[in-house]
Amino acid sequence: MKNIMRPTRRAILRAGAASAAVLAMPAYLRAQSQSVKVGILQPVTGALAQDGEFGRMGAEMAIKEINDSGGLKGLGGAKLEMVFGDARSNPEAGTQEVEKMQAGGVAAIVGGFASPICLAATQAAARYDLPYIVDVGVSDPIVQRGLKNTFRFAPGFGIVTGFALDNLVKLNDGAGKPAKTVVLVHEDGLFGSGLAKLMQTELPKRGFEILETIAHPTPARDMSNVALRIRSLNPDLVIPSSYYGEFVLLARTMQQQRIRPKGVYAVLNGAASNYRFVKEFPEAANGIMDCNHWYDPRNPKALELKKQIEAQGKVFAYNVPLNYSCVKLLADAINRVGSADRAKIIEALNTSTFKDHIMPYGETRFVDGQNMGAAPVNTQVQGNDIKVIFPDTFADAKPQFPVTG
Amino acid sequence: MTFRDIVPTVVLIALLAFVPAFITANTVLNFLVFTLIISLAAQGWNILGGFGGQFSFGHAAFFGTGAYAAALLQARLGINPWIAFAIGTVAGAAVGWVIGYLSFRSGLRGSYFALVTLAFAEVLRILANAATFTGGAAGVLIKLDVRPSNFQFESRSAFFWIALALVGAVLVLTRWIECSRFGAQLVAVRENEAAAKALGVDTLRVKLGAITVSGAVTAAAGGLYAQYFLYVDANIAYGTWISVEAILAPIVGGLGTVFGPLVGAVALHGLGEITKLAAGSVPGIDLMVFGGLLVAAVAFAPEGIIGLLRRSARSKGTARHA
Amino acid sequence: MYSPAIIAEAVVNGLMTGAVYALIALGLTLVYGVLHIINFAHGALLTAAMFAVWIVYEAFGLDPYLALLPLTPLFFGLGYAVQRLVIGPASHGNDSNILLVTLGLSIAVENALLAGFRSDTRTLNTDYGFQVVEFGPLLLSKPRLIGFGAAILVTVLLWLLLSRTDTGKAIRAVAKEKFGASLVGIDVAHVYAVTFGLGCACLAVAACLLMPTFYVNPRIGQAFVLVAFTIVVLGGMGSIPGALLGGLFIGVVESLCGLFLGDSLGQIGIFLIFILVLLVRPTGMFGAKA
Repeated sequence: MKNIMRPTRRAILRAGAASAAVLAMPAYLRAQSQSVKVGILQPVTGALAQDGEFGRMGAEMAIKEINDSGGLKGLGGAKLEMVFGDARSNPEAGTQEVEKMQAGGVAAIVGGFASPICLAATQAAARYDLPYIVDVGVSDPIVQRGLKNTFRFAPGFGIVTGFALDNLVKLNDGAGKPAKTVVLVHEDGLFGSGLAKLMQTELPKRGFEILETIAHPTPARDMSNVALRIRSLNPDLVIPSSYYGEFVLLARTMQQQRIRPKGVYAVLNGAASNYRFVKEFPEAANGIMDCNHWYDPRNPKALELKKQIEAQGKVFAYNVPLNYSCVKLLADAINRVGSADRAKIIEALNTSTFKDHIMPYGETRFVDGQNMGAAPVNTQVQGNDIKVIFPDTFADAKPQFPVTG
Repeated sequence: MTFRDIVPTVVLIALLAFVPAFITANTVLNFLVFTLIISLAAQGWNILGGFGGQFSFGHAAFFGTGAYAAALLQARLGINPWIAFAIGTVAGAAVGWVIGYLSFRSGLRGSYFALVTLAFAEVLRILANAATFTGGAAGVLIKLDVRPSNFQFESRSAFFWIALALVGAVLVLTRWIECSRFGAQLVAVRENEAAAKALGVDTLRVKLGAITVSGAVTAAAGGLYAQYFLYVDANIAYGTWISVEAILAPIVGGLGTVFGPLVGAVALHGLGEITKLAAGSVPGIDLMVFGGLLVAAVAFAPEGIIGLLRRSARSKGTARHA
Repeated sequence: MYSPAIIAEAVVNGLMTGAVYALIALGLTLVYGVLHIINFAHGALLTAAMFAVWIVYEAFGLDPYLALLPLTPLFFGLGYAVQRLVIGPASHGNDSNILLVTLGLSIAVENALLAGFRSDTRTLNTDYGFQVVEFGPLLLSKPRLIGFGAAILVTVLLWLLLSRTDTGKAIRAVAKEKFGASLVGIDVAHVYAVTFGLGCACLAVAACLLMPTFYVNPRIGQAFVLVAFTIVVLGGMGSIPGALLGGLFIGVVESLCGLFLGDSLGQIGIFLIFILVLLVRPTGMFGAKA
C-alpha cells in the first residue's frame, strides 16, 4: 500500500519542477506583491507650506484609496508607495529632492506646486526620463520647453486667463452689458503681472475700458490707498489678482467704505475662492467672483473628499482634489500599460483619456505635455458658500451680476 | 606669494577633484555643486567683510547681477553662455565699484554701510521685478540645450569640476591677497582705518579694490547658479536669502581666512541636510538652528571653525612642550 | 489727474500709517542711540509681537487695544532678557559682532515662528476693524485714527520718560558717555537692557495698533523693518522727535509715491530716499554724529 504521508518521488519531482518554474518567472510577475514607488514633491516648509500641505493631503488620500481598493490592478494588485520630498519653497531644494527620488527608484513624480520649483524639478527629472506630473505650476514655459517627461494636468496661465476673459464677456453680455469700466489690481509677482499684461491687451478688444492698473507688492503694508483710488475712479468692475492677505484687506476696506462696483471679478486670487475667507468675513466676501482651480461640484467622490477634509477642521483648497486626481491619473496610466516602466508610463500618459478624476476637466488629452481638457471654473460667493457659475456643465448656481446689496 | 603659500590649496583642490570618482550618487553631487556655489558667493563676501572689515548685508546685489547678466545675455541676445558668464562677472565688479564709490566716498562704515548695501540690493530686486527687460516677475528661463559649448552638461560631475575650479581659483586669489601688500593694507583698514590713513594708506582705493573683487567673485557665483538651474527671477537673484548665506558661511567657517567660507558653507549645508533628515516636516527648524548657530558662533567661536581648529592645534602644541 | 480730495485723503492715510511706522522706528532709534547697535532682529520681534496679539485674541478673546496692558510689560521683560542674556554676552562688546548676533537672532526668531504657526496668514476680526469716520469728503479708518493718536501719545510719553525720570537720565548718560556713566555708578549693562526692553515694548504697542487693520504671518515683520531703518536714518539715529517726524514724512511719501507710481514701484521712493540720506547726510535730520 502506498504511504500517503510520504511524498512519492514523482510528487517531489513535480513539486521541484513547479518551484523551478516559479523561480524562473520574469521578475515583474513575481513583483505582483511588491510596490510601485511614486514621488510626491510638495513645499511643506517655508513660505508655501500651507499649499504644500494641502497638496500632500490630496496625494496621500488618493494613494490610500487606491491601495485599500486592491492596489494597481494592471500590476496584479501592487501597492503604491509614497516617497515624499519636501521642496522647502525653493527650486534648489526641489531639485535635490528629485535627485533623492531618482536614487530611491520612483516610477514617477507628482507635484511641485510653485512655478519656479516646477521648472527646476521637471528639468532635473528630465535627465532620467522620469515622468513628472505637475500639479499647479501655472507658468506656461513649464510645458513649452519640449521636455518629453513633463505633463501638467491643471490649466496653465494662458488657458486660465483666456477662460477668464471669455467668461467675463459672457457674464457681461448675459446681464445686458452693464459693465464697461475696469480697474485692475494685481500683485507684482508672476501671476499678477502676467495677468495684468494680458488684460491690458485683451480687454479693450472686447469693449472694456481700463481706467487704471494698480500694482502692489506682497506683502503690502497698506491697501487703503488702493481702496481710495478705486473709490475715486468708481469703476464698474474691479479685477483683482492678489494673494490672501492683501485681498482680504482690500475687500474689507472696500466693504466698510461702501465701495461697491457692479462686480469684483478676481482671477487666480488667493482669497476670492477660499472657504476660510468666506467663513471669516462673510459680508466682505459676498458676491465676489473668481476664476480659479476648482473641483467638480457635481462629482460625489469630490464631495466625499471635501467632507473628509472639513471633518478634520481643514479647508478644502483646490490643491487637495487636484493632487488626488493627478495620482489617480498616474495610477490609471500604470494600469493601462501594466508596467511601472518609465518610458511606458510616459507613453501611457500621452495617450491617456482618463475621466475618473474629480476635477471639472472632462476627458484628459495631453498635447505637448499640457492637458487640453483642463480648465478653471468661475465661482461666486453666494449665501456664504462658494458656488460654480461657469462653465454651465459644472455649474451649480446662476451668476448674480451686477452684484447688488 | 610663493608656491609654498598655495600648496595647501592646490592639494585640497586636487583631492576634491577626485570626489566624483568615488561618489557617483547624483543626490550627493547635486548637494555639493550647490554648496560650492554658495561657497563661492561667500568667498566674495569674505574678501570685503572678512579681510576688509566692511560688512555688507546686500551681497545679493552682486549675485543677482551676475545671474541676470549671464541669463539675459544668452537667452535674449544669443551670446555664448561662457562669454555671458564672463561678462556677468565683470558686471558684478562694476556694480561693486559703483556701490563702493558711493558708499565709501560718503564715509559710510559699520552699520551704515551694512544698511546702504541692504538698500541697494532691495532697490535692484524691485527694479528687476518690475522691468520688462529682465522678464519682470516671470523671470528669465534659459533654454535647455545640453552641450558643453553651451555651458550645459549631461553629468553633474562636470558642473562639480567647474564649480570646484572657480572655488579653487578664488582660494588662490584670496591667498594671494593675504600675502600681498594690498592685503596688508586691507587688513590695516579693517583694524583701524584712521591709523591706516595716517600711515599713508589710500583707504578709499583699497576699499574700492576690495569691493570690486568681492563683487566679481559673488557675481560669478550668480552666473554659475543661473547656468545650473536655468531659471532666475527677482527673488532668486536679489533676494535676502543669498545675502544671508554669503554672511553666515564665513562667520561660521572663519572670518578673514582663506578656507573659512568653504568650510563654513560645507558645515552649514551639511548640518542643514542632517537636520532635515532628523526634524522631518517641522517647518523652519533647520533655519532656526542656523540662526542659533550664528549667535553661538559669534559668542563662543568668533574666529569660526578655522579659529577653533587653530586654537586647538596651538594648545596641543603647547601641551607637548609642557 | 487726482482730485484734491483724493490727494488729501492719501496724505492723511500716509500720516496715519506713518505714525505707526514711527512707533516701530522708535524702538530701533532708541536702541541705536544708547547701545549704538543696529538691531537687525527688530522685524522678527515685531512679528513675534503681532503673533502675541493674535494669540491672546484667539485664546482669551482679548481685544487688541486691551491687550496693550499685558503685552507691553511682557515684551519689555522679553527685550530686557534678550539683551541681558543673549546679545550682551554673545557679542563681547564688539560692534560688528552685535550686528551678526542680531542677524542670527532674527533668523532664529522668524523661523521659530514659522515652525510654531506655519506659513498661513492670520487675521483678527474685530467689529471696529474696518469702521470709517467721515471727515467731509474723506473717509478715514477708525482704528487707524486711533493708532495715529496712540502712537503720538506713546512718543510723547517716551520722550518724557527720557527727559524727566531718573531712569531716563541714566539712559541718556550712558548714551552720551558710557565710561563716565559707569564711573558715577550707573549699571551700564542694566541700562542697556532697559533700553532694549523699551524698544520691544514700543513694538508691542505698535503690534496692538496694527493688528485690527492688518494680518500676520511669519514674514510680515521684514516688510516693516526696512521702512523702520529708513526712518531711523532719516530722523537721525537716537532722536525721538526725529523718529516721529521721519515716520510721518515717510508715511506721506510712501502714500503719494504709491498714488502716482503704483504701490510696487512706489517702494523705490523709500529706498532711494534711504540711500540718498545715507550718502548725503547720514546723521539725518536730528541725529548725533554717527
